[in-house]
Amino acid sequence: MAGDALIELRGVNKHYGALHVLQDIDLRVGRGEVVVVIGPSGSGKSTLCRTINRLETIESGTITLDGVPLPQEGRALARVRADVGMVFQSFNLFAHRTVLDNVTLAPVKVRRKRKEDAERRARELLDRVGLAAHAGKYPAQLSGGQQQRVAIARALAMDPKALLFDEPTSALDPEMINEVLEVMRQLAREGMTMVVVTHEMGFARYAAHRVVFMADGRIIEDRPPEEFFAAPRSARARDFLAKILKH
Amino acid sequence: MNVLLDNLALYGDGLLGTVELTVWSALLALALGLVMAAFRVAPVRPLRAFGTAWVTVLRNTPLTLLFFAVLLGLPRFGLVLPFTLFAVLALGCYTSAFICEAVRAGIGTVPTGQGEAARSLGMTFRQTLGLVVLPQAFRAVIPPLGSTLIALAKNSAIAGSFSVTELLGVYKPLNELGYSIIWSFVWIAVGYLLVTLTLSALFNALEKHYGVAR
Repeated sequence: MAGDALIELRGVNKHYGALHVLQDIDLRVGRGEVVVVIGPSGSGKSTLCRTINRLETIESGTITLDGVPLPQEGRALARVRADVGMVFQSFNLFAHRTVLDNVTLAPVKVRRKRKEDAERRARELLDRVGLAAHAGKYPAQLSGGQQQRVAIARALAMDPKALLFDEPTSALDPEMINEVLEVMRQLAREGMTMVVVTHEMGFARYAAHRVVFMADGRIIEDRPPEEFFAAPRSARARDFLAKILKH
Repeated sequence: MNVLLDNLALYGDGLLGTVELTVWSALLALALGLVMAAFRVAPVRPLRAFGTAWVTVLRNTPLTLLFFAVLLGLPRFGLVLPFTLFAVLALGCYTSAFICEAVRAGIGTVPTGQGEAARSLGMTFRQTLGLVVLPQAFRAVIPPLGSTLIALAKNSAIAGSFSVTELLGVYKPLNELGYSIIWSFVWIAVGYLLVTLTLSALFNALEKHYGVAR
């Protein structure tokens, strides 16, 4: 766990109409750190994740990435986003392009890489997520778990400084969850900086450096997983854990 | 039947005029419509406002009035062009408003996640639209685009009232020559069908080709 913060949120606030979804959020994510965000639905955890690359705008507060304040719209913002990968709940692979094209599109168009170089790297990454044989297929021809692994390869192809995961396994059938989590665990071991919004408590417990528990738009607890799961301090967290760990 | 055979050259010129008007106006309308659709979904407020104003003004102005505005208005600002060019300008701008809305509706059929994924990879607005969103919107846009261009072909008849050679205007000399008005018009109608059915066939083929499962 490195000392300097790669991602830093200070006093971030956001409303959806009357709903105060993010209330004075402060969060630091160090280089190489894996932070898992958990909490009941509607607690603002997905919104929090999406503000980090400005897919959601904020009303007050500051967000800095690698020391640089997040720019407004435009090319400066696009440059920052190129350095922060994102993996979505619904995969969002480009439906009109093959798996290989999905992975090479941004490196070629955004990073201006040569097509051959981008393809070589893409095949390496697809091999790493176990999908080298599917490079020529379209996303609709793959299972959910396979699509999500392609999405991770697509994010990695940009050589990002950090990866954001917005409930990456929530849309998957149970038997496919593990293949995606295994890729994520491997990334965590290799020292990738990750912010992971998830309901997978096993991943939080064993792969995270810190667990951030959110409820009603606030960060209630922010502690190492072994402490958090052994003895949650807040009644909200105890209640939440009791509900999801019972079965 | 005689009307047609006796005046084949006249009908031919008219048909050619209508085809020319339709093709050039369609190209102008497609280009402008695409740009305006991009404006209307742009993250920049003044561009969105411009796109909205463009559509509102042009879509809600009677085409004949627009012809008057272009033919009488532009020369006042020192812009004197051939009548055909004025007609292409009026028809193209008018139709671009409808094309803009068809394209915008197509953009709406593409899941928002597609654009979000593109943006999260560092693509600019233009890259997101051009590489990810529009190619997927295209499929949904083909049918309304076909309808709009068929309407354009028929609307081109208005140019005949402004000294432009086109198909409908053929009836005037024929009438003066004493031909049956009904038969003159029947062959004019056939000429329009030729143009519109060709457009239909073209768009059916496009639909078949790009409508394949993704």
